Amino acid sequence: MLKNRIIPCLDVKNGRVVKGINFVDLKDAGNPVEQAKIYSDGGADEICFLDITASNENRDTIYDVVDKTSKKCFVPLTVGGGVRSVEDINKLLNCGADKVSINTAAVQNAKVVEDSSRKFGSQCIVVAIDAKRNNDGWEIFTHGGRNQTGINALEFASKMEKCGAGELLVTSMDKDGTQSGYDTELMQKISSAVNIPVIASGGVGTLDHLVDGIKSGASAVLAASIFHYGTYSVNEAKQYLASKDIPVRI
Amino acid sequence: MNVTIVDYNSGNISSVINSFKEVARDKVNIEVTADLNKIKSSDKVVLPGQGSFKSCVDALNGIKGLVDTLNEFAINNKKPLLGICVGLQMFADIGFEEIETKGLGWISGKVSKIDNQNGKYKLPHIGWNQINIVKDSKIFKDIENNSHMYFVHSYEFIPEDKSVVSATTDYSSNIICSIEKENIFGTQFHPEKSDKTGLKIISNFIDL
Repeated sequence: MLKNRIIPCLDVKNGRVVKGINFVDLKDAGNPVEQAKIYSDGGADEICFLDITASNENRDTIYDVVDKTSKKCFVPLTVGGGVRSVEDINKLLNCGADKVSINTAAVQNAKVVEDSSRKFGSQCIVVAIDAKRNNDGWEIFTHGGRNQTGINALEFASKMEKCGAGELLVTSMDKDGTQSGYDTELMQKISSAVNIPVIASGGVGTLDHLVDGIKSGASAVLAASIFHYGTYSVNEAKQYLASKDIPVRI
Repeated sequence: MNVTIVDYNSGNISSVINSFKEVARDKVNIEVTADLNKIKSSDKVVLPGQGSFKSCVDALNGIKGLVDTLNEFAINNKKPLLGICVGLQMFADIGFEEIETKGLGWISGKVSKIDNQNGKYKLPHIGWNQINIVKDSKIFKDIENNSHMYFVHSYEFIPEDKSVVSATTDYSSNIICSIEKENIFGTQFHPEKSDKTGLKIISNFIDL
């Protein structure tokens, strides 16, 4: 039976993990490579890096991080943030990323998704959707949630599936950072609208939220801060899901 | 010993390279090349494959003499070869992804889309699934039955002769996920992304 995935996500800026972490065994808490290794040793089903480096001159730092991580972690590695072109995707894959997530570029130019999925295969193309509730559903935003687009999230999700996306990483902007749980209605709606796997993101504060995310129809749940700050380990999360009869890899 | 990972522009093979280098350390030389002479002289060959069946077959055919060299290596000389994902699928006579495409024809059978039972199952089949070992395979030495492996695929290899099947996995139906026929091995899952269990399979192949 296919297991539901737990994916810890690390925000990386200028090659360093952004938020502080409390792991005892960590020599360098800001080192994304060591952090990723701890997650994969702890049973993470995949690792996700979100590069939030702002300045262009430091953008190359992520390539080095991906290269080093892929030589130490032997679970799938997804990298996103600032991916603009087929060439950016190619570079990340060559450094050892297994999947690349595309956000703004997918909205601005769906051809990037079409071309890259044809070139590299759908399995490595994840479209990241940042969605916010409005009067008649959810609207997507770009540029890390700064720019409003007027595009309906459900329609966009279906369009991305047709363009060749292998997975959708859906983040609720209303919930992100609140620790009050996923927007399960959004996850449920998008999961039903498409036939590709959905990764739920944004809002996890407790282990029950992970359970809710899976029950809403997502194939995988992504979380950052609960693992970041050591509130829970990946293994604790998995044990908890298993205790709620949710199939996970233990 | 030399193990060659065939680099034929089949998409992203960096994880395959990293995992083989991790397992091989200094004991075994890992070559990544499409150089025909290097392939001929190597002890073992790994045939990765990502993207569509057609794109991988086209890429193989795009390198002059490569298919002949692989035939000579695996069929005439019977040296060990491991196909991963589409690398395994290409052993078939024919594949139906995008358009009907001829495969290597090493193991009679076809590659067709997984039956998702009218949308009941999502495709691609992505994530960790357990393998059901149905036949002793040399690459499964010390691998427990029901071990988890990482999968990413929408198509499955269906060989005519089921005796080549060494493992299946349960997703909408029993999907064939590993085969062994004499010196030819293949996994539909990605051992290079399947953590320690996956590395053990790679190590078993290297130690053959």
